[in-house]
Amino acid sequence: MNKNLRWKLLTVIGVFIIFFVAGIYPLLGARYNLPVPGWLAAKQLKLGLDLKGGVHLVMRVQTDDALQLTTTTTSEQIREEMRTAGIPVANISSTSPTTFKVDGVPADKDAQFRTISDAQAAANYDRNPGVNGSYTFTMKPNIVNDLRDQAVVQARETIERRVNELGAAEPTIALYGQSRDQILVQLPGVADVARAKEIIRSTALLELKLVESGPAPSREALLQSTGGQVPQDAEVIPDANGQFYLVKKVAAVTGRDLRSAKPSLDENNRPAVSFTLTSDGSRKFGKATGENIGKSLAIVLDKRVRSAPRIDGRITDQGTIYGSFTTEEVTDLSLTLRSGALPASLSYLEERVIGPSLGADSIRAGVLSSLAGLALIVVFMLIYYKLSGVNAVLALLMNLVILIGLMAYVGATMTLPGIAGFVLTMGIGVDSNVLIFERIKEEFEAGRGVRAAINSGFNHVLWTLLDTHATALISGACLFMFGTGPIRGFAVTLMLGLAANLFTSVFVSKTLFEFELSRRQAPALSI
Amino acid sequence: MHILKNTNFDFVRWRWHAIALSWIIVIAGLIAIARFGVPLGVEFSGGSIVIVKFDRQTDLQQVRGALEKSLPGVGENAVVQRYGDPSSNQVMVRVPSVGAEAGGSLSQTADSVANALKTANLGNPQVVGTEIVGPSVGRQLTRQGLLATLFALVGILIYVAFRFRFSFAVGAVVATVHDLLITLAFLAFFRYDLSLNVIAAILTITGYSVNDTIVIFDRVRENMGRSRGKPLAEIINTSVNQTLGRTIITAGTTLLSVLALFFFGGEVLHGFAFTMLVGIITGTYSSVFIAAGIVLIWQGRQQVTGKAAAAPVAAPARKPTRRRAS
Repeated sequence: MNKNLRWKLLTVIGVFIIFFVAGIYPLLGARYNLPVPGWLAAKQLKLGLDLKGGVHLVMRVQTDDALQLTTTTTSEQIREEMRTAGIPVANISSTSPTTFKVDGVPADKDAQFRTISDAQAAANYDRNPGVNGSYTFTMKPNIVNDLRDQAVVQARETIERRVNELGAAEPTIALYGQSRDQILVQLPGVADVARAKEIIRSTALLELKLVESGPAPSREALLQSTGGQVPQDAEVIPDANGQFYLVKKVAAVTGRDLRSAKPSLDENNRPAVSFTLTSDGSRKFGKATGENIGKSLAIVLDKRVRSAPRIDGRITDQGTIYGSFTTEEVTDLSLTLRSGALPASLSYLEERVIGPSLGADSIRAGVLSSLAGLALIVVFMLIYYKLSGVNAVLALLMNLVILIGLMAYVGATMTLPGIAGFVLTMGIGVDSNVLIFERIKEEFEAGRGVRAAINSGFNHVLWTLLDTHATALISGACLFMFGTGPIRGFAVTLMLGLAANLFTSVFVSKTLFEFELSRRQAPALSI
Repeated sequence: MHILKNTNFDFVRWRWHAIALSWIIVIAGLIAIARFGVPLGVEFSGGSIVIVKFDRQTDLQQVRGALEKSLPGVGENAVVQRYGDPSSNQVMVRVPSVGAEAGGSLSQTADSVANALKTANLGNPQVVGTEIVGPSVGRQLTRQGLLATLFALVGILIYVAFRFRFSFAVGAVVATVHDLLITLAFLAFFRYDLSLNVIAAILTITGYSVNDTIVIFDRVRENMGRSRGKPLAEIINTSVNQTLGRTIITAGTTLLSVLALFFFGGEVLHGFAFTMLVGIITGTYSSVFIAAGIVLIWQGRQQVTGKAAAAPVAAPARKPTRRRAS
């Protein structure tokens, strides 16, 4: 055996061992209780939800909510500043999530107004003057994009915290799709789907707002004291019992100021949530409560008043949220409050629940059919190509081992379309070998010696293989770029399979031929 | 062993017949689609699927009846069929509607289907799987699928034009589009739902069909450099005949594995396997009859010979003129 061939053989064996250990051994180890080191087990090929069972949710973050919040906050700040500066408070209203309008700024206060609005809004909004002292503020396009992205990222982080608190094993929480506002949540093996969904999407927007007037049994009754009009710095919020409150638009503190929240009991021993505030929150809360002793403070959760206790004294760093909760509601509420409010509401676009038995059925069918297909191919190759067929089968098995190892290494997930990708890879692998063998046959029949026929066969086919693999890679890459979820899994399997196949059909198969040739003086061709 | 030895079929002669036959199938498919529409899976159309397992054998008619009775307006449009192995007593119910996408009520329809079955006293149904897809997902998927196909075709066109010559690229892309259309026609004939898995299969077919075509083109290019002065039609015929053994064996082995998927792959892979089955047959047929025929037609009557063709081919990575003659 010459030195060159020895190196090639060692390479083949080395590659086989590396990928076997990376891909196949952890799978066998998990099944037959063999010792698998932790770093290896961590890289184990994962099963997708369609095979394992679980919950798959795709939701859209309503990013307009986040824009609206910023616009409302900014316009209210301008109102506040104008009041402080003694400019008669004009009409300020938001016309869309990204615009608000200020009307009737007196001409003599115009310069002052511009200074205020520059300080409050110039960073995020473009100001366009209209007639009669009116101004339109439009959010800058780059700010719109930033805020939308931020809202999605924050929502993702919030959902992640909530899912972790739920205690789901190996969850997937990821941005999804091309539109940049979708989030995918996969929870393998979660039983209580309804509760998981509720916890994930509950906005948990907690606001503590000063009550101007109320409660009243109807909107009209509530607004009697203000002449039937809602003051511009206030809003009407209902509670669960059909009562209405008039509260300040800007909250004294919000869920963002919370340090922690946990289930507790109120003074009547009913379920409640007690919370503590951050130092910044405590300062704001202390100021608001200290200045408004005797008034009521509405505890508003997701735009509903839960209770409105009277402020008896200055409160700084802690408080209790109470008002007809059940024990389970209190547990879930403190979980969502701890994980922070969602910056925007969510809507579900897609929801799949795969029962574990269904997943097991699919994996059985998928594996069974793949093995059946593989067996048929192996039998055919051995009959049709005789001894050379053994080389092809070895190359094919090596292809499988490399593919599984690669998939484990890149952390790919095995899904049902992924299994289909496996079958396709096997098909391409067989095709490569058939191409080579048919060419060798042809060269042999054209009167070449065995060695020359084999060499020429491999050399001729190499470019054909590169061309076919390159075009398949082009389609695979397009699938990967434009596809989502399972289609992507399919594309990943296909592309990795193509790479593995090029190596096994060109290098491994040829080395096996050379090895067999080197052991005989006058080789015969069994093909 | 040889399946075929030294064949010498005149494939090129049949190019117009082949093109006519393909047009007939494609047009029939288009008529079927225009008349009955493309059956879309829930991934595309939006809708709810509920898979339930009964504890005893259930009559599908009774399931349908129960749905129609308790869900007027929804139950009439429900598709009810067995799911998986018959002995597992699993039934799949598909309705084209979902609860509202906004808010949290997407699963409302699916929940009411499950409740209707539970109250119908048909044998203690357990919900083993649900799939609810809102209408906006389908639009997005359709767009993605079309984009992926379009870009794949353009990529292949550029690659083949670069490695071979432009007429070959046209042949390869026409053959691929041909396979896509024929496959869609057969999906329409046999009323398979266009699901995500079927889309994956259709995209696989693009790869497979081009693969097949390129093997033949590769041989044509090689023979062009080798046998100068011969008409292109003759060179194409020789090349198709030389690669015929490989074409049939590859198609045959791939068919074997796809047939295994078709029969044992379970409910979910059924549509995938059917699509692949059609795609492999039409892919093989189009590489032999359509792709090369298009090259010939594209080149026109300008009697291209091996010599005239050899010069501009000069592919960057491989020069046919430098090959050893056998």
